[in-house]
Parts: sequence; structure tokens; C-alpha cells
Amino acid sequence: MSKDTDAQRIVITGCGLTSPLGDDVATMRAALLRGEARIENIEMRHMGTVHAGVCHFDARRWQGRRELRNGTRAGSVAIYCAREAVADSGIDWDSVEKPRVGVYLGITEHGNVETENEIHNISQFEYDTRYWTHHHNPRTVANNPAGEVTLNMGITGPHYTIGAACAAGNAGIIQALWMLRLGEVDLALAGGVSESIHTFGIFAGFKSQGALAHHEDPNKASRPFDKGRNGIVVSEGGAIYTMERLTDARARGAKIYCEVVGYHINSDAVDAVLPNAERQTQCMGAALAKAGLTPADVDIVNTHATSTPQGDIQECKAVRTVFPADACPRTRVNNTKSYIGHAMGAAGALELAGNLPSFNDGLVHPTINVDELDPECDTGNLVLNEPAEAGEVRVILNNSFGMLGINSSLVVKKFAD
Amino acid sequence: MTKEECKQVVLEIIEEIAPDEDLEGLSHDVRLRDQLDLDSMDFLDIVMELRKKHGIEVPEEDYPQLASLDSCAEYLTPKFNAVKAGA
Repeated sequence: MSKDTDAQRIVITGCGLTSPLGDDVATMRAALLRGEARIENIEMRHMGTVHAGVCHFDARRWQGRRELRNGTRAGSVAIYCAREAVADSGIDWDSVEKPRVGVYLGITEHGNVETENEIHNISQFEYDTRYWTHHHNPRTVANNPAGEVTLNMGITGPHYTIGAACAAGNAGIIQALWMLRLGEVDLALAGGVSESIHTFGIFAGFKSQGALAHHEDPNKASRPFDKGRNGIVVSEGGAIYTMERLTDARARGAKIYCEVVGYHINSDAVDAVLPNAERQTQCMGAALAKAGLTPADVDIVNTHATSTPQGDIQECKAVRTVFPADACPRTRVNNTKSYIGHAMGAAGALELAGNLPSFNDGLVHPTINVDELDPECDTGNLVLNEPAEAGEVRVILNNSFGMLGINSSLVVKKFAD
Repeated sequence: MTKEECKQVVLEIIEEIAPDEDLEGLSHDVRLRDQLDLDSMDFLDIVMELRKKHGIEVPEEDYPQLASLDSCAEYLTPKFNAVKAGA
């Protein structure tokens, strides 16, 4: 990577997010360092009370009421994040060439919310499909959240979503990296979004699978690596970055959050839902190889661990293999889902946003809710319950894995000339 | 139902569909699309709300009858009254 020209070096220059912990990087980061989870109990159609990570961003900030009425929650999350990212980047939006902007958003799923709502709607009319809304198709096409961003912002370059289960947030960023390197676009709005808490099917599916978290205290329900973990807390959220070639970022004197230096996506090819440590190991290794880095160079490994009994063990096994504590004294391992639950398609991008401030503050946010560490999850370098002072943080590896055996690892580096 | 009452019902539907629009001072004899930011999907919303809330069917060939408030009243008032009588 160091041999690449500056036009092939891709940097992140702005971030817009919404999360259960707040709606900007600084607010989210402060809660992560305070060790504060924010999970709510919500009422779910057909199911009763469930735990969920809920976002409370001001959708009216960037959308009219009619736009909100006609669009989707995923679209609204995406518009908020995209607009906030552009604002954060300091780009003079009016002077941006809109045909040269690409929107690449990772999604775990899309359309469940609207389909469930419409089936509920026509159930009130004896399932007469004359009452099925004409908004159904534009709301449920898979490109919907990215398309809503282009409509809202007047972007005429390419837009699409990347369906990659819960690896999607990273996949969106990786897609943008490719398109910028290919010269297809000059500015990318990329990341991931999720509206999944508005569909009972996701919750019911995890429950039937024995993978839905439950705890007396919702804030303790998502507890990766803890012996008492019993499943996933489903969350909504989004994180979208402005990404540019280093040459362009330099030319406008942009603030640079980080450089995206390595990535990899691979497939387990063994099981639809059970993760596979061997492929995860290969994925992390390949991402580091592309970055021209060794495991010992990595300061933070932000795990995907979702608080399921089996999944966490598999990932920790992979992390121990790639980053043995004795050979990687700088490396620290953490997890963000213990605070916000699993933001599905947004998870990779959103969890990265929670860790990027480490490049400036030198701290590693902890994994919380670990009352009794599961020995099978002990990687030897977990940051548990209290932030760790790392000194200088230079490299973060961000894992995001998903169903059907998709693995993604992203490597970002503190920017240095 | 009078034609004025019918217009009120249509305005209530439009208010819900296009909540950002100012409906004060609308000319009743001018096409709604010339006065409001309404697209074809919004018109389908009006048709759907008439069906859902009032049991009124507007066949596709009659959509032009919904162009202005006056034409809505002319076309819909008998339908409202028919539904009422049927009930």
C-alpha cells in the first residue's frame, strides 16, 4: 500500500451517524468511554416486549414531512447520516459535481418492515389487496435507502446498496474504496444502515433460533464474552462516511479521520448461520496482507461478537489465532455491541465510528457487561469494563460477519503523510 | 353531503398526504397539481384514502375528475351520497 500513489490512497474525511448512544461521533464516543449502554424495551407487534437499540435522531432536520411519510425508516436513517457526513466533512456541497458522487450503503436486509406493515394493513380489510399501498415497491426495492439519499441530496452519480448481512457496513466502505480507486466517482458516501427494529420477523427469527437476548435489565442484555450471554439485541442505526482520494482531500485541506489501508471479504461456505473461525482467521489475515501490516501492528481489534454463545467463541478463537497476546503486545480487543446491541447492516460502519476517536485520544473503549469472562472468549488482550490507555493508536482492524457465512475485515490507519 | 362538505373531506386527505403544503387560499377551479407539489403517487394516495376511509372507488379512467377541488366535488359528492344511502 505504501507504494500506491496518493490518488490510490483513500481517506475518510467526514462522518454522519445515528446510534442508540447519540447522533454524532463525539456523543457516541463519550458514552463508550463512560461505559454506558443504551438499550430500551419496546413493544413489538405479535411479540410483546423486546429489547432494542433505538435511535432518536431528528429526522425533520433534513426531510420534509411528506418525504418522511412516503419514504422508509432506512431511507431516513441514510439521509440523516449522509447529510451529517457532508456537513462534518466541510465540503462545499453546492460546488460538488453531483454526477461524480457515489452512494454505497450496506444493508443486512430491506423490505421486511414495509411488507409486514402492508400485510398488517390489509389484514384490517380482510386481506383485500386493493388496500395494498402503491408505495410498496419503491419502498422495498433493495436500493431504497441509497436511492432516497440521492433524491434528497440531488446526487446524480451511481447509487446502490450492498446486501451483505451483518458484514454490510464494512462492505459499503470497501465498495466505495474500489470505486474511488477506479476513478468512477470523486466523492463517496458510504457505510451502512439498519431499520431492523421495525420488523417483528427479525426478532421472531432470532427467538426461534434461540439467539434473541433477554435480561431483566435491557442495558445488560447485550454482553459479548460474558458467561451469561444469551443472544443478540437488535438495533437500528447508521453510519455514513465521506470518502475521497487523498489527492482530493489534500487539495481542499480536509480533516482526515483515517486512511482505509486494508480490507477483505470471504465466505465460510459451510453453514447458513454458524460462524467459522478458520475463514474469519483467513479474512483478517488477508486484510492485513493488503494493508502491508503484520498482526503486531494492530492496536485495536473491534470484534463483531454479537453476544451469542457460539458466535463469540468462534470469533475469539480466530482473534487468538491471528493476534496471539504474547506476539502482539500492542493489540487490544474490544466490542461495541455491548453498548448499542447489533445494528445489523450498520454495525461495521457504526462500530468503526465509535473507535476512530482512538486515533486522537489514545484510549480503547472497553467491552462492558462482562461480569464473568467466558474462558473460551478470553483472547488474552480484551479490554473489559474500563477504557485502556493505549498511548498512540495507529491501526484499527474492524470485523463484521454475517449470515450465509460472509466475513469482512477492514483495516484503517491513523493518517500520516 | 354538500359539495362544500365534499371539498372539506378531500382537503383533509390532501393535508394528510402533503403535510408540508399550505392549503389556505387554494383556488377551487384550478388544477391541484398547478397549486401544490403533488405527484402521481400522491394522487394514488388520494384514491387509496377515499377507498379506505370512505369506501369510494375511483376507477382509473376517472382519475382526471380529481384534477381540481371543484371537479372533485362534482364527481365525488354523488358517490359519497350513494355510499351513505347504501349504508
